[in-house]
Amino acid sequence: MALTDVVEFSLKVNGQARELALDPRTTLLDALREHLELTGSKKGCDHGQCGACTVLVNGTRINSCLTLAVMHEGDEVTTIEATDDAVLSALQAAFVEHDGFQCGYCTPGQICSAVGMIAEFAAGMPSHVTEALEQDRAAMSDLEIRERMSGNICRCAAYPNIVRAIAQAAETPR
Amino acid sequence: MKPFSYMRAAGPAQASAAAANEQDAKFIAGGTNLLDLMKLQIETPDRLVDINHVGLDGVAETQEGGLRIGALVRNAVLAAHPSVRRKYAVLSRALLAGASAQLRNRATTAGNLLQRTRCYYFYDTTKPCNKREPGSGCAALGGFNRIHAVLGTSEHCIAAHPSDMAVAMMLLGAVVETLRPDGGTREIPLEQFYKLPGDTPEREHVLERGELITGVVLPPPPDGRQVYRKVRDRASYAFALVSVAAIIDADGKSRLAFGGLAPKPWRVAGADGMSDPDAIADAVLAGAVGHGGNDFKIPLTRRVIRAVLRDAGSA
Repeated sequence: MALTDVVEFSLKVNGQARELALDPRTTLLDALREHLELTGSKKGCDHGQCGACTVLVNGTRINSCLTLAVMHEGDEVTTIEATDDAVLSALQAAFVEHDGFQCGYCTPGQICSAVGMIAEFAAGMPSHVTEALEQDRAAMSDLEIRERMSGNICRCAAYPNIVRAIAQAAETPR
Repeated sequence: MKPFSYMRAAGPAQASAAAANEQDAKFIAGGTNLLDLMKLQIETPDRLVDINHVGLDGVAETQEGGLRIGALVRNAVLAAHPSVRRKYAVLSRALLAGASAQLRNRATTAGNLLQRTRCYYFYDTTKPCNKREPGSGCAALGGFNRIHAVLGTSEHCIAAHPSDMAVAMMLLGAVVETLRPDGGTREIPLEQFYKLPGDTPEREHVLERGELITGVVLPPPPDGRQVYRKVRDRASYAFALVSVAAIIDADGKSRLAFGGLAPKPWRVAGADGMSDPDAIADAVLAGAVGHGGNDFKIPLTRRVIRAVLRDAGSA
Protein backbone atom coordinates (compact mmCIF):
# COMPACT_ATOMS: atom_id res chain seq x y z
CA MET A 1 0.00 0.00 0.00
CA ALA A 2 1.31 3.43 -0.90
CA LEU A 3 1.76 5.73 2.04
CA THR A 4 -0.93 8.15 0.95
CA ASP A 5 -3.59 5.53 0.21
CA VAL A 6 -7.09 6.12 1.42
CA VAL A 7 -8.63 3.47 3.65
CA GLU A 8 -12.30 2.55 3.28
CA PHE A 9 -14.19 1.42 6.35
CA SER A 10 -17.42 1.89 8.23
CA LEU A 11 -18.32 3.15 11.69
CA LYS A 12 -21.59 2.95 13.53
CA VAL A 13 -22.21 6.44 14.89
CA ASN A 14 -25.22 7.15 17.08
CA GLY A 15 -26.90 4.02 15.77
CA GLN A 16 -26.30 4.72 12.08
CA ALA A 17 -23.79 2.91 9.83
CA ARG A 18 -21.52 5.46 8.17
CA GLU A 19 -19.15 4.73 5.28
CA LEU A 20 -15.81 6.52 5.24
CA ALA A 21 -12.82 6.75 2.89
CA LEU A 22 -10.03 8.46 4.81
CA ASP A 23 -6.32 9.03 5.06
CA PRO A 24 -5.33 6.66 7.89
CA ARG A 25 -3.90 9.62 9.81
CA THR A 26 -7.43 10.92 10.47
CA THR A 27 -8.29 10.83 14.15
CA LEU A 28 -11.72 9.70 15.28
CA LEU A 29 -12.39 13.29 16.33
CA ASP A 30 -11.54 14.69 12.88
CA ALA A 31 -13.59 11.95 11.19
CA LEU A 32 -16.62 12.95 13.28
CA ARG A 33 -16.19 16.68 12.85
CA GLU A 34 -14.79 17.06 9.34
CA HIS A 35 -16.23 14.04 7.51
CA LEU A 36 -19.48 13.14 9.26
CA GLU A 37 -20.60 16.69 10.08
CA LEU A 38 -20.94 15.87 13.76
CA THR A 39 -19.33 18.99 15.20
CA GLY A 40 -20.67 18.53 18.73
CA SER A 41 -17.45 16.84 19.84
CA LYS A 42 -14.93 19.63 20.32
CA LYS A 43 -11.23 19.96 19.61
CA GLY A 44 -9.56 21.68 22.54
CA CYS A 45 -5.93 20.64 22.97
CA ASP A 46 -5.88 17.73 20.45
CA HIS A 47 -3.47 15.92 22.82
CA GLY A 48 -5.76 14.19 25.34
CA GLN A 49 -5.25 16.76 28.05
CA CYS A 50 -8.55 18.67 28.07
CA GLY A 51 -11.31 16.09 27.48
CA ALA A 52 -13.38 18.28 25.13
CA CYS A 53 -13.28 15.52 22.49
CA THR A 54 -14.63 12.79 24.80
CA VAL A 55 -16.98 10.33 23.08
CA LEU A 56 -18.17 6.82 23.94
CA VAL A 57 -16.86 3.85 21.97
CA ASN A 58 -18.82 0.65 22.65
CA GLY A 59 -20.11 2.46 25.75
CA THR A 60 -16.67 3.40 27.12
CA ARG A 61 -15.53 7.02 27.31
CA ILE A 62 -12.30 7.84 25.49
CA ASN A 63 -10.46 10.85 24.04
CA SER A 64 -11.43 10.82 20.35
CA CYS A 65 -8.40 12.99 19.48
CA LEU A 66 -5.96 10.27 20.56
CA THR A 67 -7.27 7.44 18.44
CA LEU A 68 -7.38 6.86 14.69
CA ALA A 69 -10.78 6.52 13.05
CA VAL A 70 -9.59 3.50 11.06
CA MET A 71 -8.88 1.64 14.32
CA HIS A 72 -12.61 1.70 15.07
CA GLU A 73 -14.01 -0.22 12.12
CA GLY A 74 -17.02 -2.10 13.47
CA ASP A 75 -17.17 -0.10 16.70
CA GLU A 76 -20.22 1.80 17.95
CA VAL A 77 -19.53 5.46 18.62
CA THR A 78 -21.85 7.65 20.68
CA THR A 79 -21.48 11.45 20.56
CA ILE A 80 -23.31 14.35 22.15
CA GLU A 81 -25.63 14.31 19.11
CA ALA A 82 -27.15 10.94 20.16
CA THR A 83 -30.88 11.28 20.78
CA ASP A 84 -31.80 7.88 22.17
CA ASP A 85 -29.52 7.66 25.21
CA ALA A 86 -31.55 8.22 28.40
CA VAL A 87 -28.53 8.98 30.60
CA LEU A 88 -27.14 11.44 28.07
CA SER A 89 -30.54 13.17 27.83
CA ALA A 90 -30.84 13.35 31.62
CA LEU A 91 -27.37 14.91 31.81
CA GLN A 92 -28.22 17.48 29.15
CA ALA A 93 -31.33 18.52 31.10
CA ALA A 94 -29.40 18.62 34.39
CA PHE A 95 -26.62 20.78 32.90
CA VAL A 96 -29.26 23.27 31.77
CA GLU A 97 -31.07 23.18 35.11
CA HIS A 98 -27.88 23.67 37.14
CA ASP A 99 -26.16 26.04 34.73
CA GLY A 100 -23.26 23.61 34.37
CA PHE A 101 -21.35 25.75 31.90
CA GLN A 102 -20.40 29.25 30.90
CA CYS A 103 -19.00 29.32 27.36
CA GLY A 104 -20.14 25.75 26.66
CA TYR A 105 -17.09 24.59 24.73
CA CYS A 106 -16.19 21.78 27.13
CA THR A 107 -19.83 20.77 27.69
CA PRO A 108 -20.23 18.00 25.05
CA GLY A 109 -17.07 16.36 26.40
CA GLN A 110 -18.23 16.81 30.00
CA ILE A 111 -21.59 15.22 29.25
CA CYS A 112 -20.21 12.27 27.24
CA SER A 113 -17.60 11.75 29.93
CA ALA A 114 -20.30 11.78 32.62
CA VAL A 115 -22.30 9.13 30.70
CA GLY A 116 -19.23 6.91 30.80
CA MET A 117 -18.53 7.76 34.41
CA ILE A 118 -22.04 6.80 35.55
CA ALA A 119 -21.68 3.45 33.74
CA GLU A 120 -18.27 2.87 35.36
CA PHE A 121 -19.80 3.61 38.76
CA ALA A 122 -22.61 1.13 38.12
CA ALA A 123 -20.05 -1.49 37.07
CA GLY A 124 -18.27 -1.08 40.42
CA MET A 125 -15.08 0.51 39.08
CA PRO A 126 -13.01 2.07 41.89
CA SER A 127 -11.24 5.44 41.69
CA HIS A 128 -8.18 7.06 43.25
CA VAL A 129 -10.34 8.43 46.10
CA THR A 130 -12.28 5.20 46.78
CA GLU A 131 -11.28 4.22 50.31
CA ALA A 132 -11.90 0.49 50.29
CA LEU A 133 -10.79 -1.27 47.10
CA GLU A 134 -12.44 -4.52 48.20
CA GLN A 135 -15.96 -3.12 48.33
CA ASP A 136 -18.08 -3.86 45.29
CA ARG A 137 -19.10 -0.31 44.64
CA ALA A 138 -17.98 3.07 45.93
CA ALA A 139 -20.57 5.48 47.25
CA MET A 140 -21.25 8.38 44.87
CA SER A 141 -20.01 11.64 46.37
CA ASP A 142 -18.82 15.04 45.16
CA LEU A 143 -15.25 13.89 45.79
CA GLU A 144 -15.76 10.78 43.65
CA ILE A 145 -17.37 12.81 40.86
CA ARG A 146 -14.54 15.36 40.87
CA GLU A 147 -11.84 12.68 40.78
CA ARG A 148 -13.57 10.64 38.08
CA MET A 149 -14.20 13.76 35.94
CA SER A 150 -10.64 15.13 36.26
CA GLY A 151 -9.96 14.37 32.59
CA ASN A 152 -12.40 17.11 31.59
CA ILE A 153 -11.12 20.64 32.01
CA CYS A 154 -13.51 23.62 32.18
CA ARG A 155 -11.68 26.84 31.36
CA CYS A 156 -14.62 28.85 32.77
CA ALA A 157 -14.36 26.84 36.02
CA ALA A 158 -18.05 25.93 36.15
CA TYR A 159 -17.06 22.90 38.21
CA PRO A 160 -19.43 23.34 41.20
CA ASN A 161 -22.46 23.35 38.89
CA ILE A 162 -21.07 20.55 36.72
CA VAL A 163 -20.75 18.38 39.85
CA ARG A 164 -24.34 19.26 40.88
CA ALA A 165 -25.68 18.44 37.44
CA ILE A 166 -23.90 15.09 37.28
CA ALA A 167 -24.93 14.15 40.84
CA GLN A 168 -28.57 14.86 39.98
CA ALA A 169 -28.52 13.02 36.65
CA ALA A 170 -26.82 10.00 38.22
CA GLU A 171 -29.75 9.65 40.62
CA THR A 172 -32.48 10.29 38.05
CA PRO A 173 -34.66 7.16 37.86
CA ARG A 174 -34.83 5.75 34.35
CA MET B 1 1.58 13.74 11.25
CA LYS B 2 3.87 12.01 8.74
CA PRO B 3 2.17 9.57 6.38
CA PHE B 4 2.24 5.88 7.31
CA SER B 5 0.72 2.65 6.12
CA TYR B 6 -1.80 1.03 8.43
CA MET B 7 -2.54 -2.62 9.00
CA ARG B 8 -4.77 -4.40 11.49
CA ALA B 9 -3.03 -7.55 12.73
CA ALA B 10 -5.16 -10.64 13.32
CA GLY B 11 -2.77 -12.32 15.78
CA PRO B 12 0.47 -11.77 17.70
CA ALA B 13 2.69 -13.67 15.23
CA GLN B 14 1.36 -11.70 12.27
CA ALA B 15 1.86 -8.45 14.19
CA SER B 16 5.43 -9.27 15.14
CA ALA B 17 6.34 -10.32 11.59
CA ALA B 18 4.72 -7.23 10.08
CA ALA B 19 6.59 -4.91 12.43
CA ALA B 20 9.90 -6.66 11.73
CA ASN B 21 9.56 -6.28 7.97
CA GLU B 22 9.47 -2.50 7.95
CA GLN B 23 12.41 -0.26 8.83
CA ASP B 24 10.45 2.00 11.14
CA ALA B 25 7.27 0.24 12.20
CA LYS B 26 5.40 0.73 15.45
CA PHE B 27 2.74 -1.29 17.18
CA ILE B 28 -0.30 0.74 18.10
CA ALA B 29 -2.62 -0.35 20.91
CA GLY B 30 -4.28 2.41 22.97
CA GLY B 31 -2.32 5.01 21.03
CA THR B 32 -2.72 7.57 23.81
CA ASN B 33 1.00 8.35 23.93
CA LEU B 34 2.07 7.30 20.42
CA LEU B 35 -0.46 9.46 18.55
CA ASP B 36 0.31 12.40 20.82
CA LEU B 37 3.99 12.04 19.81
CA MET B 38 3.17 11.43 16.12
CA LYS B 39 1.19 14.67 15.92
CA LEU B 40 4.31 16.50 17.11
CA GLN B 41 6.49 14.45 14.71
CA ILE B 42 8.56 13.16 17.61
CA GLU B 43 7.54 9.67 16.52
CA THR B 44 7.44 9.22 12.72
CA PRO B 45 6.73 5.55 11.94
CA ASP B 46 6.36 4.41 8.29
CA ARG B 47 3.98 1.67 9.31
CA LEU B 48 1.48 1.26 12.13
CA VAL B 49 0.57 -2.29 13.13
CA ASP B 50 -2.74 -2.18 15.00
CA ILE B 51 -2.63 -4.87 17.70
CA ASN B 52 -6.02 -4.14 19.24
CA HIS B 53 -7.47 -7.32 17.72
CA VAL B 54 -4.72 -9.85 18.42
CA GLY B 55 -6.27 -11.14 21.67
CA LEU B 56 -3.87 -10.91 24.66
CA ASP B 57 -6.60 -9.14 26.62
CA GLY B 58 -7.20 -11.57 29.47
CA VAL B 59 -6.19 -11.69 33.13
CA ALA B 60 -5.66 -15.20 34.52
CA GLU B 61 -4.13 -16.85 37.56
CA THR B 62 -0.90 -18.75 36.93
CA GLN B 63 -0.18 -22.26 38.23
CA GLU B 64 2.26 -20.72 40.70
CA GLY B 65 -0.51 -18.60 42.23
CA GLY B 66 0.48 -15.42 40.47
CA LEU B 67 -1.30 -13.45 37.76
CA ARG B 68 -0.74 -13.27 33.99
CA ILE B 69 -1.92 -9.95 32.55
CA GLY B 70 -2.39 -9.76 28.79
CA ALA B 71 -0.52 -6.98 26.98
CA LEU B 72 -3.79 -5.49 25.72
CA VAL B 73 -5.60 -5.35 29.09
CA ARG B 74 -6.68 -1.73 29.49
CA ASN B 75 -5.42 0.15 32.53
CA ALA B 76 -8.98 0.75 33.79
CA VAL B 77 -9.89 -2.93 33.47
CA LEU B 78 -6.73 -4.02 35.28
CA ALA B 79 -7.26 -1.53 38.12
CA ALA B 80 -10.82 -2.81 38.66
CA HIS B 81 -10.03 -6.52 38.30
CA PRO B 82 -11.17 -8.38 41.47
CA SER B 83 -7.87 -10.31 41.86
CA VAL B 84 -5.80 -7.16 41.48
CA ARG B 85 -7.94 -5.22 43.96
CA ARG B 86 -7.78 -8.03 46.49
CA LYS B 87 -4.23 -9.35 46.12
CA TYR B 88 -2.19 -6.64 44.38
CA ALA B 89 -3.72 -3.48 45.81
CA VAL B 90 -0.54 -1.50 45.16
CA LEU B 91 -0.99 -2.11 41.43
CA SER B 92 -4.64 -1.12 41.48
CA ARG B 93 -3.77 2.04 43.44
CA ALA B 94 -0.90 2.96 41.12
CA LEU B 95 -3.08 2.57 38.03
CA LEU B 96 -5.90 4.64 39.54
CA ALA B 97 -3.41 7.39 40.43
CA GLY B 98 -2.33 7.72 36.79
CA ALA B 99 -3.77 9.77 33.91
CA SER B 100 -7.53 10.37 33.51
CA ALA B 101 -10.45 7.95 33.27
CA GLN B 102 -10.62 8.40 29.49
CA LEU B 103 -6.94 7.61 29.08
CA ARG B 104 -7.07 4.62 31.43
CA ASN B 105 -9.97 3.22 29.40
CA ARG B 106 -7.77 3.16 26.32
CA ALA B 107 -4.19 2.74 27.57
CA THR B 108 -2.89 -0.83 27.74
CA THR B 109 -0.57 -2.75 30.04
CA ALA B 110 2.22 -3.05 27.46
CA GLY B 111 1.74 0.50 26.21
CA ASN B 112 1.97 1.87 29.74
CA LEU B 113 5.35 0.14 30.17
CA LEU B 114 6.58 1.63 26.89
CA GLN B 115 5.29 5.20 27.27
CA ARG B 116 7.89 7.92 26.74
CA THR B 117 9.07 10.59 29.15
CA ARG B 118 7.14 13.85 29.57
CA CYS B 119 10.37 15.93 29.65
CA TYR B 120 9.36 19.32 28.21
CA TYR B 121 12.40 19.39 25.94
CA PHE B 122 11.77 15.92 24.55
CA TYR B 123 8.37 17.29 23.47
CA ASP B 124 9.72 20.60 22.13
CA THR B 125 11.21 19.89 18.70
CA THR B 126 12.83 23.35 18.59
CA LYS B 127 15.11 22.39 21.51
CA PRO B 128 18.06 20.01 21.71
CA CYS B 129 17.30 16.57 23.16
CA ASN B 130 19.62 13.56 23.07
CA LYS B 131 16.70 11.17 23.48
CA ARG B 132 14.78 12.58 20.51
CA GLU B 133 17.81 13.48 18.39
CA PRO B 134 20.98 11.72 19.62
CA GLY B 135 23.97 14.04 19.84
CA SER B 136 21.95 17.28 19.84
CA GLY B 137 22.45 17.98 23.57
CA CYS B 138 20.20 18.18 26.63
CA ALA B 139 18.22 21.38 27.14
CA ALA B 140 16.86 20.13 30.47
CA LEU B 141 20.27 20.20 32.21
CA GLY B 142 20.41 23.99 32.20
CA GLY B 143 16.69 24.55 31.74
CA PHE B 144 13.46 24.01 33.67
CA ASN B 145 13.90 20.62 35.29
CA ARG B 146 11.36 20.53 38.12
CA ILE B 147 9.93 17.19 36.92
CA HIS B 148 13.25 15.56 36.06
CA ALA B 149 15.25 12.68 37.54
CA VAL B 150 17.75 12.81 40.40
CA LEU B 151 18.92 9.17 40.21
CA GLY B 152 20.23 7.05 37.33
CA THR B 153 20.77 10.02 35.02
CA SER B 154 23.75 10.77 32.77
CA GLU B 155 25.34 13.90 31.38
CA HIS B 156 23.29 13.21 28.23
CA CYS B 157 19.80 12.88 29.71
CA ILE B 158 17.96 13.57 32.98
CA ALA B 159 14.45 12.61 31.83
CA ALA B 160 12.23 10.76 34.33
CA HIS B 161 10.07 7.73 33.58
CA PRO B 162 6.42 8.81 33.84
CA SER B 163 4.59 5.57 34.68
CA ASP B 164 2.81 4.82 37.95
CA MET B 165 1.83 1.28 36.93
CA ALA B 166 5.41 0.27 36.22
CA VAL B 167 6.52 1.36 39.71
CA ALA B 168 4.06 -1.05 41.32
CA MET B 169 5.01 -3.82 38.87
CA MET B 170 8.70 -3.27 39.62
CA LEU B 171 7.95 -3.64 43.33
CA LEU B 172 5.93 -6.81 42.76
CA GLY B 173 8.72 -8.45 40.75
CA ALA B 174 6.87 -8.54 37.43
CA VAL B 175 8.22 -10.41 34.40
CA VAL B 176 7.56 -9.19 30.84
CA GLU B 177 6.76 -11.90 28.28
CA THR B 178 7.52 -11.26 24.61
CA LEU B 179 7.17 -12.82 21.18
CA ARG B 180 9.89 -12.34 18.57
CA PRO B 181 9.45 -12.26 14.80
CA ASP B 182 11.17 -15.68 14.49
CA GLY B 183 8.51 -17.19 16.77
CA GLY B 184 10.77 -17.35 19.83
CA THR B 185 9.66 -16.02 23.19
CA ARG B 186 11.46 -14.29 26.05
CA GLU B 187 10.75 -13.71 29.71
CA ILE B 188 12.36 -10.47 30.84
CA PRO B 189 12.25 -9.49 34.52
CA LEU B 190 11.05 -5.89 34.67
CA GLU B 191 14.23 -5.19 36.69
CA GLN B 192 16.18 -5.89 33.48
CA PHE B 193 13.68 -4.42 31.01
CA TYR B 194 14.61 -0.74 31.11
CA LYS B 195 17.98 0.75 30.22
CA LEU B 196 19.54 3.73 31.95
CA PRO B 197 20.35 6.61 29.57
CA GLY B 198 24.17 6.49 29.69
CA ASP B 199 25.32 7.81 26.33
CA THR B 200 22.36 6.26 24.43
CA PRO B 201 19.26 7.84 26.02
CA GLU B 202 17.27 7.00 22.86
CA ARG B 203 17.47 3.29 23.87
CA GLU B 204 14.99 2.94 26.73
CA HIS B 205 14.42 -0.82 26.90
CA VAL B 206 15.80 -4.15 25.75
CA LEU B 207 13.12 -5.01 23.17
CA GLU B 208 14.38 -5.77 19.66
CA ARG B 209 12.86 -4.92 16.29
CA GLY B 210 9.48 -6.60 15.86
CA GLU B 211 9.50 -8.00 19.39
CA LEU B 212 5.99 -7.81 20.84
CA ILE B 213 5.09 -7.73 24.52
CA THR B 214 2.46 -10.44 24.98
CA GLY B 215 1.90 -10.09 28.71
CA VAL B 216 3.19 -9.37 32.19
CA VAL B 217 3.37 -12.05 34.88
CA LEU B 218 3.17 -11.22 38.57
CA PRO B 219 4.52 -13.68 41.13
CA PRO B 220 2.17 -14.81 43.94
CA PRO B 221 1.00 -11.87 46.04
CA PRO B 222 3.43 -10.85 48.80
CA ASP B 223 2.59 -10.83 52.50
CA GLY B 224 2.17 -7.42 54.08
CA ARG B 225 0.33 -4.21 53.59
CA GLN B 226 0.52 -2.68 50.10
CA VAL B 227 0.59 1.10 49.67
CA TYR B 228 0.99 3.53 46.78
CA ARG B 229 1.63 7.14 47.69
CA LYS B 230 1.90 9.73 44.91
CA VAL B 231 2.95 13.35 45.40
CA ARG B 232 2.04 15.68 42.54
CA ASP B 233 1.22 19.28 41.73
CA ARG B 234 -2.55 18.65 41.43
CA ALA B 235 -4.85 16.31 43.33
CA SER B 236 -5.66 14.41 40.14
CA TYR B 237 -4.52 13.93 36.55
CA ALA B 238 -0.84 14.89 36.98
CA PHE B 239 2.42 12.99 36.76
CA ALA B 240 4.26 12.12 39.96
CA LEU B 241 6.90 14.42 41.38
CA VAL B 242 7.71 11.52 43.68
CA SER B 243 5.77 8.31 44.17
CA VAL B 244 6.39 5.38 46.48
CA ALA B 245 5.07 1.85 46.10
CA ALA B 246 5.51 -0.12 49.31
CA ILE B 247 4.97 -3.52 50.87
CA ILE B 248 5.21 -3.30 54.64
CA ASP B 249 5.04 -6.37 56.90
CA ALA B 250 3.67 -6.61 60.44
CA ASP B 251 7.11 -5.83 61.93
CA GLY B 252 7.37 -2.61 59.92
CA LYS B 253 9.97 -4.06 57.55
CA SER B 254 9.50 -2.75 54.03
CA ARG B 255 10.22 -3.17 50.35
CA LEU B 256 9.91 -0.02 48.25
CA ALA B 257 9.95 1.20 44.65
CA PHE B 258 9.90 4.79 43.46
CA GLY B 259 8.48 6.82 40.60
CA GLY B 260 9.40 10.34 39.47
CA LEU B 261 13.01 9.95 40.60
CA ALA B 262 14.79 8.18 37.76
CA PRO B 263 14.74 7.21 34.07
CA LYS B 264 13.06 3.97 35.13
CA PRO B 265 10.99 2.82 38.11
CA TRP B 266 13.61 2.83 40.87
CA ARG B 267 14.33 -0.06 43.22
CA VAL B 268 17.17 -0.32 45.70
CA ALA B 269 17.26 -3.95 46.82
CA GLY B 270 19.81 -3.04 49.50
CA ALA B 271 17.10 -1.14 51.38
CA ASP B 272 14.77 -4.18 51.52
CA GLY B 273 13.87 -5.36 54.99
CA MET B 274 14.76 -2.10 56.70
CA SER B 275 12.26 -0.35 58.92
CA ASP B 276 14.03 2.90 59.85
CA PRO B 277 12.88 5.57 57.36
CA ASP B 278 16.08 7.59 57.52
CA ALA B 279 18.26 4.55 56.92
CA ILE B 280 16.04 3.62 53.97
CA ALA B 281 16.25 7.16 52.59
CA ASP B 282 20.05 7.16 52.94
CA ALA B 283 20.26 3.90 50.99
CA VAL B 284 17.76 4.90 48.28
CA LEU B 285 19.10 8.41 47.78
CA ALA B 286 22.79 7.48 47.74
CA GLY B 287 24.23 9.26 44.72
CA ALA B 288 21.14 11.41 44.12
CA VAL B 289 21.95 14.66 42.30
CA GLY B 290 19.61 17.59 41.79
CA HIS B 291 19.81 19.84 38.73
CA GLY B 292 18.48 23.05 40.24
CA GLY B 293 14.75 22.92 39.62
CA ASN B 294 14.38 19.42 41.00
CA ASP B 295 16.64 19.67 44.06
CA PHE B 296 13.50 19.52 46.22
CA LYS B 297 12.85 15.92 45.18
CA ILE B 298 15.67 14.64 47.38
CA PRO B 299 14.31 15.93 50.75
CA LEU B 300 10.75 15.30 49.51
CA THR B 301 11.55 11.62 48.91
CA ARG B 302 12.96 11.35 52.44
CA ARG B 303 9.76 12.82 53.87
CA VAL B 304 7.47 10.66 51.73
CA ILE B 305 9.29 7.51 52.90
CA ARG B 306 8.80 8.66 56.49
CA ALA B 307 5.10 9.39 55.91
CA VAL B 308 4.42 6.05 54.20
CA LEU B 309 6.05 4.04 57.01
CA ARG B 310 4.43 6.13 59.73
CA ASP B 311 0.95 5.74 58.18
CA ALA B 312 1.43 2.00 57.75
CA GLY B 313 2.49 1.67 61.37
CA SER B 314 -0.52 3.54 62.70
CA ALA B 315 -2.99 1.59 60.58
